[in-house]
Amino acid sequence: MLPEASTLAPAVDRIFWGLVGLSVLIMGVVGGLVFAFAIKYRRGTDAYRGPLPEWMSREVEIGWTVSTLFVALFVFWWAAAAQLPHFLLPRDALEIHVVAKQWMWKAQHPEGVREIDALHVPVGVPVKLEMTSQDVIHSFGVPAFRIKQDVLPGRYTATWFEAKEVGDYHLFCTEYCGTDHARMTGTISVMQPEAYARWLAAQPHGADLAGEGGQLYTALGCSACHGANARVPAPPLAGLYGSQVVLADGSRVTADEDYLRESIERPEARVVAGYSSTMPAYQDVANEEQVVALVAYIKSLDSGRSAAR
Amino acid sequence: MKADDTGLLAREPGETSYLTAGTTLRSWLLSTDHKRIAILYAVSITVFFFIGGAAATMIRLELFTPAGDLTTADEYNRLFTLHGVIMVWFFLIPSIPATLGNFLLPLMVGAKDVAFPRLNLMSWYLYVTAGLFTLAALLLGGVDTGWTFYTPLSTLYSNSYVLLAAFGIFVVGFSSIATGINFIATIHLLRTKGMTWMRLPLFAWAMYATSLVMALATPVLAMAMLLICAERLLGLPIFDPRVGGDPVLFQHIFWFYSHPAVYIMILPAMGVVSEIIACEARRRVFGYQFMVYAMLVIAVIGFLVWGHHMFVAGQSPFASMIFSFLSFVIAVPSAIKVFNWTGTLYRGRIRFSAPMLYALGFVGLFTMGGLTGLFLASIPVDVHLSDTYFVVAHFHYIMVGGAVSAFFGGLHFWWPKITGRLYNENFARSAAIWLFFGFNFTFFPQFVLGYLGMPRRYHEYPPEFQVWNVMSSTGAVVLAVGYLMPLFYLGYSLLHGERAGDNPRDATGLEWATSSPPPQHNFHAPPVVRSEPYAYHDWDEAPGDADETPQTDAP
Repeated sequence: MLPEASTLAPAVDRIFWGLVGLSVLIMGVVGGLVFAFAIKYRRGTDAYRGPLPEWMSREVEIGWTVSTLFVALFVFWWAAAAQLPHFLLPRDALEIHVVAKQWMWKAQHPEGVREIDALHVPVGVPVKLEMTSQDVIHSFGVPAFRIKQDVLPGRYTATWFEAKEVGDYHLFCTEYCGTDHARMTGTISVMQPEAYARWLAAQPHGADLAGEGGQLYTALGCSACHGANARVPAPPLAGLYGSQVVLADGSRVTADEDYLRESIERPEARVVAGYSSTMPAYQDVANEEQVVALVAYIKSLDSGRSAAR
Repeated sequence: MKADDTGLLAREPGETSYLTAGTTLRSWLLSTDHKRIAILYAVSITVFFFIGGAAATMIRLELFTPAGDLTTADEYNRLFTLHGVIMVWFFLIPSIPATLGNFLLPLMVGAKDVAFPRLNLMSWYLYVTAGLFTLAALLLGGVDTGWTFYTPLSTLYSNSYVLLAAFGIFVVGFSSIATGINFIATIHLLRTKGMTWMRLPLFAWAMYATSLVMALATPVLAMAMLLICAERLLGLPIFDPRVGGDPVLFQHIFWFYSHPAVYIMILPAMGVVSEIIACEARRRVFGYQFMVYAMLVIAVIGFLVWGHHMFVAGQSPFASMIFSFLSFVIAVPSAIKVFNWTGTLYRGRIRFSAPMLYALGFVGLFTMGGLTGLFLASIPVDVHLSDTYFVVAHFHYIMVGGAVSAFFGGLHFWWPKITGRLYNENFARSAAIWLFFGFNFTFFPQFVLGYLGMPRRYHEYPPEFQVWNVMSSTGAVVLAVGYLMPLFYLGYSLLHGERAGDNPRDATGLEWATSSPPPQHNFHAPPVVRSEPYAYHDWDEAPGDADETPQTDAP
């Protein structure tokens, strides 16, 4: 049997098994009637075959149309209501960045620990996955958690889970991605929080993600324009994340991860009002993991701190 | 009056049938006779069915063991792409409409031919041309994108013959548009005297609903394929995110066609099954008008549910909610049809002929397919089941258990009309039962695999999935044998079968009022329709063995 290893799993299974029950019931009624009629009214029996009463065709027809519609709408409501809470990403989750590429999964913990085709997470803590792909579309699927989310190139997608049972679970790429699609698998290891902390401490640490982004911020020359003492006018980055930005064409956009990422990779796409489009595109300069770090750095800059480092 | 006696409509003694009206190859390849074109189509789709079937067999053999020991990963990917492309576009889409539909629709409405006979022939040539492109792609080394051609894999990363295959699919789409337009025009313009809309057999209504979808959805497939060619060949920035394109846009365009395409496959099947069940139960179709409206509603709402293929693709939650809602709504007309078929059996006088066994099998398998569709329309359950074997099992229940069962049922039902010969009923019944069990044996275990999380398009898999895969693969061998059986007894009947009378099934439709096989121009005089379809018994009487009133009697 498939373990119910996340807080979401029991809710999904409730609907799944509810639908199994409904299907068995309907299949039983339809199959039973087909069988019963086929036997009773087979050629040669002397079953009563008189004309159908007038009321039967119309009222039976309307009756089963309405009741089927009612059942369908009920199931829709039931399933949609169960999904709604999962659409909202938890605020205080452990945030893990995932970069997919043909044919491996790379994960980065906020402390800077990196893993390939594996992900260690603590039990009982909501984990949010911020994901992007370096090439084609992949999909991050963990059957034991009942989660799945396509991972797209050129965009961030997110999903979350809260593991509730310690153990090792399959991670599958579930969107066909080319030759070694079937080998793009991994293991999700759910650990007790203390064990997770020990594991984390034992891993080789890079700088934390935002710190790494900060170094790139200088190394890639971002600070030359976005820094406090820059001579070229560029939009300030402090407090940018989550704020409303007015664009050159007058429209507004929320500066989320996707917008930040797009503005690094293809700055001319959505230019901030009042600035000219002079920033070079970084899509061939910084790789996906570096962009993830830069975005993490920009997110870490609240308006109280200066962008100039 | 029995249709056998309607001498004025049928062939005169000594007159040749459409089969013998010309015997040269040229008389077949340049024929504009809808019946001959139907035969041309039937032969071509049979060839493609067995190519696609061979690929399926290889896939299932590979999956006997968890390791990739029979094929390499690349070969496996090419096999399932080939299987999907061939079965969807070169077998299922044309299967019932281009063969049974082409043959029967003009006969059923009492016409000499379809509205545009030369367009009809062109449609077959387009189909063959497209088939050659696709076969060329296959022989040169295959395509490894899956039949769904998702971008940017298909446009930027695949090193296989994507262009050839995409172009083949682009062309085959036009053959289906031509068929659709032809059928719409035929039904509107060529119904014989007395054939009012509400006297049309449900098969003709099914062809009408299908043709609407073919004519309106297929151009979008052409767009999708052209855009793939434009990006792959010319480098136009459409789906490539690095230059501002959107890879998910392709999925919207693709499913805008490919979901309605499922209804192109299943609506004709519904039509066939309605004809068989009414005739073999000797009973008027329960709720004829509801059946008609249900098909039209399915055809229309079918255009509005494509987003349920993309619940995990990153579309907005709001869009997912709406698509989920509409997907539940479309379940209602499908359910109505199942209930009406069941109701038609009530107080009938049922003959367990081979077509009836296929039709009853269809009702069960289609219901299974429909019910498992509810799982996939429920967003949280779909998130878990999406891209797993549950989906594979679900759509095979609809497309193979449903559409292919109905195609086989229809083939047997009208075989005496098309060929003028009877087949061996006992062999045919055994094959029907064998296929029903073989099918369930193959695909039921895949529901379990899907729930357990086995992803589709995996040529290697974790060992805990093996037991269910072995079951499924064993079933596939049974199923493959089953599909070979009709080749033999139907082939035998072509040469040695007993001559069928004009109306061996005592059916009411106009197609049974002419000879078997029909003469070149179908009827000698335009038939006049005097009653509704399925008058297998008087309204106030119980059905007897042959109490039917044909839709026409001699003019």
